[in-house]
Amino acid sequence: MPFFWRVFMKGKSIAPFLLLGVGLILAGCGGPNSGEQHRPVTVKGSDTMVILAQSWAENYMKEHQGLTIQVTGGGSGVGIAALINGGTDICEASRPMKTVEKEQVRTRHGKVVQEIPVALDGLAIYVSESNPIQSLTEPQLKSIYTGKILNWRELGGKDAKIVAYGRENSSGTYQFFKEHVLGNEDFAREVQTLPGTGAIVNAVSKDPSSIGYGGIAYASGIRVVPVRKDDHSEAVKPSLTTVRSSQYPLSRNLFFYTIGEPLGDVKTFVDWVLGPEGQKLCEAVGYYPIVQK
Amino acid sequence: MRSHWLARTKYTGGVLQGLTAFACLIIIAIVAIIIGNIVLHGMGKLSWEFLSQPPRDHFTKGGIFPAIFGTAALVILMTVAVIPLGVATAVYMHEYAPKRSRLVNLVRLAIQNLAGVPAIVFGLFGVGFFIEFVGRGLDRGLYGGSLVYGQPAIIWSALTMALLTLPTVVVATEEALRAIPTNYREVAYSLGATRWQMISRVVLPQAAGGILTGGILAVSRGSGEVAPVMFTGAAYSLPELPVRLHNQFMELGYHVYVMSTQAFDVEATKPALYSTVLVLLMLTFLLNFTAIMIRARIRKKLRNGR
Amino acid sequence: MRSSGVLPYRSEVAPLPKLRQTGTLSDRIASVVIQGSAFLAILSLILIFIFIGKEALPVLTSSEVQKEASLSRLFLPQHARAGEAAEFDWQPISDTPKYSLLPLFIGTLKVTVIAVSIAIPLAVAAALYTSEFAPSWARETIKPCIEILAGIPSVVVGFFCLMVIASWLQGAFGWTYRLNALTAGIGLSLAVIPIVYTVSEDAFSSVPQAFREGSIAMGASSWQTASRVVLPAAMPGVLAACVLGFGRAIGETMIVLMASGNAPVTSWSPVDSIRTFSATIAAELGELVQGSPHYHVLFFIGAFLFILTFLINLMGRWCVGRLQKKLQGAA
Repeated sequence: MPFFWRVFMKGKSIAPFLLLGVGLILAGCGGPNSGEQHRPVTVKGSDTMVILAQSWAENYMKEHQGLTIQVTGGGSGVGIAALINGGTDICEASRPMKTVEKEQVRTRHGKVVQEIPVALDGLAIYVSESNPIQSLTEPQLKSIYTGKILNWRELGGKDAKIVAYGRENSSGTYQFFKEHVLGNEDFAREVQTLPGTGAIVNAVSKDPSSIGYGGIAYASGIRVVPVRKDDHSEAVKPSLTTVRSSQYPLSRNLFFYTIGEPLGDVKTFVDWVLGPEGQKLCEAVGYYPIVQK
Repeated sequence: MRSHWLARTKYTGGVLQGLTAFACLIIIAIVAIIIGNIVLHGMGKLSWEFLSQPPRDHFTKGGIFPAIFGTAALVILMTVAVIPLGVATAVYMHEYAPKRSRLVNLVRLAIQNLAGVPAIVFGLFGVGFFIEFVGRGLDRGLYGGSLVYGQPAIIWSALTMALLTLPTVVVATEEALRAIPTNYREVAYSLGATRWQMISRVVLPQAAGGILTGGILAVSRGSGEVAPVMFTGAAYSLPELPVRLHNQFMELGYHVYVMSTQAFDVEATKPALYSTVLVLLMLTFLLNFTAIMIRARIRKKLRNGR
Repeated sequence: MRSSGVLPYRSEVAPLPKLRQTGTLSDRIASVVIQGSAFLAILSLILIFIFIGKEALPVLTSSEVQKEASLSRLFLPQHARAGEAAEFDWQPISDTPKYSLLPLFIGTLKVTVIAVSIAIPLAVAAALYTSEFAPSWARETIKPCIEILAGIPSVVVGFFCLMVIASWLQGAFGWTYRLNALTAGIGLSLAVIPIVYTVSEDAFSSVPQAFREGSIAMGASSWQTASRVVLPAAMPGVLAACVLGFGRAIGETMIVLMASGNAPVTSWSPVDSIRTFSATIAAELGELVQGSPHYHVLFFIGAFLFILTFLINLMGRWCVGRLQKKLQGAA
């Protein structure tokens, strides 16, 4: 402490510290072409896929030293917005991009969006482990999330208010659920919106009368409810076979989107992801590998 | 004089006094519970490995070194930006500007009240201005449109945080400057000093303590605020350390947020989460403690006379 | 400068050189650098005002934005579905985007009122105790405690709320919603207590000792002095503390983002989930496409928060100024 005082008091001695600080900053300047072989590849978007991208990035960087892949979640909407704004190399999305969004990319960047399916997911319905419900039909799910069915009693369960958890509106899962289950109707106002699937699973595991939805890979500590298309169909649980054959009603593709064809480092990464190593990791994380052509 | 019936009761005063003491106790208890809970659950995972390794296996293994490094780098950049600007602003307003200027008073008022504006508004500004406008412009100008600065980066987070903490530094410096008696300046002038000599050799060394305090308060706020960095630079998972200004970075506070809400398995990462919180708390307290120590020293020096 | 009578000041013998004209080179360089930096800093702060205002303006001026998000849509109930009652809804991502600000406003109000009603009595009482009744050992304990509380980052408070407090409360009271306004409000009060305490304690300390001595000389007890002399005298300062605490609560983001459920519910019940202005910005900022109506509405909210907290702080400081004038005038 005393040394620092004396240094500070003598104004002239500040100079070396300031120079050091400025020097560090200048060292940090300079674009990607100076001193670096590759510039970082940015992957942004889906929270459903962020754990997948994290796993891919960790393993890919282990094999390919010198290349950085930075992963950020936030929701498919965040990734798509970043793609439109030009702020990411790869957008990961758990829902397909809308035509209007693809148009925006084309107008702003003059290139066509490349849609690359990289994995399969069965959107799972979570309930607490103590919840005995056997299965739910799609119309029932819709009624729960639009606020028409309010009590588990109406579904044959105990007398308790249904606490529905969902994702923020930036989520691709939110949009997928809205489109396919709610038929584009609005979510009920009372649906609790949490920032990530992890938070939903955590909340559902702690709340005995709750229900939630999210990617199948996140399912731990809770029960996954089999889903029926309607009253006449069989109850199906998400698994590799049921999702691949689309027997599970809420099967979906998980996508990578790039502006134009992927080039250079981005292309190598995407090819690796689609290759055997990437797809094996996909299974390890808990999603399903895509069908190899 | 008729006093209120409540006050006339012999014991009421004591009871009400006791209630205020009780309020103190509640606050102390709350703080103790929170800190205790965090220390209890966080001590478990704390180890050298935790502090020096990057995270693995979806945050359940490994450590948080990139987050610590990222936070440190952010804070250093922010300090280099904010201290010179803040001190210069305060020195200008106190020493150079005309004494009764309405404009300066207006600016002073604006700066003081800017300290109360929510951090998320600064984040909004950071995204809309720094990333979209300045970053995009830099990319077009320097890199022919390829994506370098037009995305979240540590430099944008640092500048956003610098704006956020600028009022703190300016106010603290002005307080320190105001505490210096005018005699010191008059004596300096009377000995033939120029204004800059007076400032650099008499005023600033005297104000050094206050400036340091303000700087440390800014730094402690900078290491703890998450809202401004959420969209301007922090990344969910980035084991590589930010060595260039346009890199993204991992940050302790953002890491806590992300692990609580977006982790793969929130229950499994709980131990690591608690330990991260503990590290963040220790860092913040260390900084605040240093500020308090410095302030105490200054007070002692002023009381004993120089 | 007047001569003291014995020796003349330098300016009387030979006037001081006009500093601006005859300063040395280093003096002039320093002057330029300092003034330049100061202008840069001030300009940046003004830029914040301007930029946020500029991006919020299209809500009021651009017809394209107003197709989705005009002022009436923001504030008045909208007919979402034919045949149903007009409602207030916040659903920006939808076939028909809905931007009603009312649920957000009610949510913000609810959690702020809850936080402030917990924090103000606790903090003011504690401040009163610390400045009037506490023995010095107690003072040395509570002041650092408050400093520690002030130093805890809000993300840590939010984490604690989400992980610990929410479960405790639901276990104890059996509420339907685990994450609701009350949970978030309790967490928020932890962030408000330090500022209310500090400003109140400052106010109480600045009451001149003479007031207390006079009161005791007239036979009042310790409590009577505190409640009937000190507290009224410091009232503007205490009011300022409340106002500043209110401002802090309105703008707080992380705690509400993590612990309030983020559901845009329009109800007055404290155990329903809420969605606040700041949490909305934080949750949706990432997915903004530049120039879209959603983008401009979020900036509109940001501008609103900015102006509101600015005015609240202004009011608070004005109250403190009033207090100082009052006490200095009376003493």
